[in-house]
Amino acid sequence: MTTPQHSVVQARPATHAAGAPAIEFVGVHKNYLSHGETVPAVKRTDLAIVQGEFFSLLGPSGCGKTTTMRMIAGFEEPTAGQIFLDGKDVTGVAANKRDVNMVFQSYALFPHLNTYQNVAFGLERRKVAKSEIERRVGEILEIVSLTGMEKRSPREMSGGQQQRVALARALVNRPRALLLDEPLGALDLKLRQQMQIELKRIQREVGITFVYVTHDQGEALTMSDRIAVMCAGVIEQLGSPREIYERPASRFVAGFIGTSNIVDGHVERTEGGLALLSYTTQDRVVVPVPQSVRTGDKLEVSIRPEKVDLHRTLPPVQATGGSVLSGTVTEVVYHGTSTNYTVATAAGADFTVFDQNASNADDLAGRGDRVYLTWAPQHSYLIGV
Amino acid sequence: MTAQTLQRPPAPDADAAARIRPRRRFTGRGLLHAYTWLIIAWLALPILVMIAFGFNDTPGRYNTSWVGFTFKWYAPDQLFLYPDLTDALILSLVIAIVASLVSGALGTGIGYALGRYRFRGAGSFNLLMFAAISSPELIMGASLLSLFVSLGTGVGPVTIAIAHIMFSISFVAVVVRSRVMVLDRSIEEAAADLGASPWTTFWKVTFPIILPAVMSGVLLAFALSIDDFIVTFFTAGTYETFPIWIWGATRVGIPPQVNVMGTLIFAVGVLGAIIANVRSRSGQRTR
Repeated sequence: MTTPQHSVVQARPATHAAGAPAIEFVGVHKNYLSHGETVPAVKRTDLAIVQGEFFSLLGPSGCGKTTTMRMIAGFEEPTAGQIFLDGKDVTGVAANKRDVNMVFQSYALFPHLNTYQNVAFGLERRKVAKSEIERRVGEILEIVSLTGMEKRSPREMSGGQQQRVALARALVNRPRALLLDEPLGALDLKLRQQMQIELKRIQREVGITFVYVTHDQGEALTMSDRIAVMCAGVIEQLGSPREIYERPASRFVAGFIGTSNIVDGHVERTEGGLALLSYTTQDRVVVPVPQSVRTGDKLEVSIRPEKVDLHRTLPPVQATGGSVLSGTVTEVVYHGTSTNYTVATAAGADFTVFDQNASNADDLAGRGDRVYLTWAPQHSYLIGV
Repeated sequence: MTAQTLQRPPAPDADAAARIRPRRRFTGRGLLHAYTWLIIAWLALPILVMIAFGFNDTPGRYNTSWVGFTFKWYAPDQLFLYPDLTDALILSLVIAIVASLVSGALGTGIGYALGRYRFRGAGSFNLLMFAAISSPELIMGASLLSLFVSLGTGVGPVTIAIAHIMFSISFVAVVVRSRVMVLDRSIEEAAADLGASPWTTFWKVTFPIILPAVMSGVLLAFALSIDDFIVTFFTAGTYETFPIWIWGATRVGIPPQVNVMGTLIFAVGVLGAIIANVRSRSGQRTR
């Protein structure tokens, strides 16, 4: 424990240069050996996570998000590249000598210790004075609303409470960054939503960098300052929740985050920064494009279902000013706050439309009805530009 | 299912079947009870006989027919009447304690390594362990004897202990290994994450969690050692352990002292089992 490397923990306040990212990946690559074959889990990634931000790694299982997090924690070593914490190279430094703490998916509470002993574990390892431990454990238990539970053993607590113990056990050490590996996965929906708000509050209160791994896009969108969407070991897009939702950088991101209608077609003509893709004489999609797009180019366009208006009769073209697709309703699903329609159109067979149930009126259309879909040009988004 | 059965017109024998079934179930249950008690009696009777004859007021060394009830064999001056029997018992206890502690320590290490890590030779190591468990004691004893003789170490208490450790170690390792295999890996990672060195992680986290398995391994090793005869017979030389003394005494009569000592060892074992059971139950209740 008293090896020179321990200074990673001790030298914290002096070394952390102002403005250095909390966590930085430089050309990090990770291969796994699976049945004698080398499989890349994370491919040549550069990444900078800012001090104090709530950063999410979002992606389907097997996309490399957990491996990325485990490399930050020190449980996995990168095959190539370097990892910096607060500007200090920690590549090759053991997990117990890195100043980050993790909340595990299974919570990984020590079953033979009670709440107090679980939370005090990290401080005891750092030889913090007993009175100081008592004070800090009391303080953190109050933040996670577990005061009075000190003597309970993990198995005497509910999933939500265990979750809070795991959180307190990590936060009490005041790490440079807190890593959370799908921490809400085991909770039921209500509790999960409650914990989402709570986590966000705690993060604001303690001001620590949170790195959050999840496959739940809703969770990532509501909590994060920034999101990295990962797929097959590559960060497909990195940006604020709004950027990622409104301007998906790839077909994968558009499909993974929320629901997207993706249509493709060839440019018929361009005019004033807009490109026109037409399917029949009246079916057309208008999309804002950069100068470089030429007539005849093939484009992929993403349209969010809630941006689309559904009409029973064809509105005047001037009033729509943008895209028009006609089609037949194939499915109507009532969702309480909205009704979801699936429409077969010339541009795609499964065009989804979310219609807010703002009035008490009956559904706009039923199955088999002929409908017209319209949306403003700015709600078409060109993918991959 | 139920609706269908209800709608079906009643079969002629449906009534009869309904009347018979409870009785048949009753008979079945009675048979099961009888069978269960039979098995328990079969297992417990020899032990009960041993305990009972420790209270037999027999006049001489022969303790085969019931004479009358007495506590006198439990008095220390009677219990330790034969110095060589007492020495044999002490030797057996010392060897059992040493063997169970040493094989407990070594077996825990082996079990942990096999349960936690994948390494070259792990498979053959597993195989070797099960070979040690399943190989006949007679062969083990004979080969150990020839090993000790060819090494020129001579035989005595040390070689008995070595032999006992050798055959107990696999049992401890197997018990610990199965516990470690179901131990959530992330608990140890959490300890490392919180700043614990591998050494601290083992002693503060892993060991307390697997302690019940280690304890049952140690107790198993103790039980195997204290009553082992075959391997001990080969590796004891001129020394006598408790079982060897009894074996020698069969020709001249086994005195009631043996029954009393056996009863006491058995009582300690039962007490240990009860304590372990109660503790694990109170552990479950708080779950």
